[in-house]
Amino acid sequence: MAIFSVYVVNKAGGLIYQLDSYAPRAEAEKTFSYPLDLLLKLHDERVLVAFGQRDGIRVGHAVLAINGVDVNGKYTADGKEVLEYLGNPANYPVSIRFGRPRLTSNEKLMLASMFHSLFAIGSQLSPEQGSSGIEMLETDTFKLHCFQTLTGIKFVVLADPRQAGIDSLLRKIYEIYSDFALKNPFYSLEMPIRGKATDGRGYSRACTLFIQPSLALGPSWCGCFVGGRRQLC
Amino acid sequence: MSCPTHRRPEYRKINKDLFVLTYGALVAQLCKDYEKDEDVNKYLDKMGYGIGTRLVEDFLARSCVGRCHSYSEITDIIAQVAFKMYLGITPSVTCNNSSRNEFSLILDKNPLVEFVEELPAGRSSLCYCNLLCGIIRGALEMTHTTELTHNQTISGGHSKGPFVQEQAYFY
Repeated sequence: MAIFSVYVVNKAGGLIYQLDSYAPRAEAEKTFSYPLDLLLKLHDERVLVAFGQRDGIRVGHAVLAINGVDVNGKYTADGKEVLEYLGNPANYPVSIRFGRPRLTSNEKLMLASMFHSLFAIGSQLSPEQGSSGIEMLETDTFKLHCFQTLTGIKFVVLADPRQAGIDSLLRKIYEIYSDFALKNPFYSLEMPIRGKATDGRGYSRACTLFIQPSLALGPSWCGCFVGGRRQLC
Repeated sequence: MSCPTHRRPEYRKINKDLFVLTYGALVAQLCKDYEKDEDVNKYLDKMGYGIGTRLVEDFLARSCVGRCHSYSEITDIIAQVAFKMYLGITPSVTCNNSSRNEFSLILDKNPLVEFVEELPAGRSSLCYCNLLCGIIRGALEMTHTTELTHNQTISGGHSKGPFVQEQAYFY
């Protein structure tokens, strides 16, 4: 998918809304016998592959499931430590699923606050007065686009580097925010946006509808749809 | 980076009378609830403030105005863009003092007072449209306009008969 994530950050730097629409992640499940030829290490409460890349299992992938049962960080579902479990020859042969680790919601909160601080630093570093702050951050695998409103809310979109029309998408997400979040009389400003994700007129549903790629139009779908008429819900 | 200059097709038009009568019912109920005019004015202003803090985002999202750099610019945008967008009227702007930080918005044709003949006896200091003052105050506060100055006060909407309405703004 062309759009990977949407983040909405409030004035104080807190994350108030987050939406992911990653393509199905590349996961590899294999059966192993003792001894394990991959080198695993514990990092940030997850068990990651440190060395021994092969067959679709890459360095940096995390252990997602053992014998079909999802692991919980560094513990298996039964509460045993994953590394200890895999070090015991009695447990083999074992089927392990590896894949790219997903960010937890706490990590996302933390990253959003850090981005908010970097944004502020970016505005200060500017040689000219009245800088707009960070508008785009480019890497080889994604581009981060940021739009700050005059009221201090930041809308951040992570997209494919080749994706065009993100500026209009950011404006449109701002409009959707002003409609669904703000016009709800029971929504308190600056608080996380909770809405029905899958049914009804929630903010999530509106955003999801809006960033679904149109297969027929290809990478330039975004520009076509935002300018035209698009029914929401 | 284009901003839609047209309304969304789902922007439903509702009957203006319903809106005007709803506002009238709101003020009438507040008058029943509170004896003193100052209390009614205060609560209208508070309600307006809550509306203004939210409406400003809708306004900024749909109108794409940039950051304003002077008080007269702010007042012009409020009069010509915001009032036009939400009430369909364009009040005229006059500057009250030479240091250009005091402005008045004169509403010649205010849709909110369309059915109001005159204020009831004993309610002579009621600011019927104080909600609008609160809305503007809330909106300006959200865009950090108050950082430009030490104190910002918005003085009443004076209903001089139902015909001419004046709202004075001090920055």
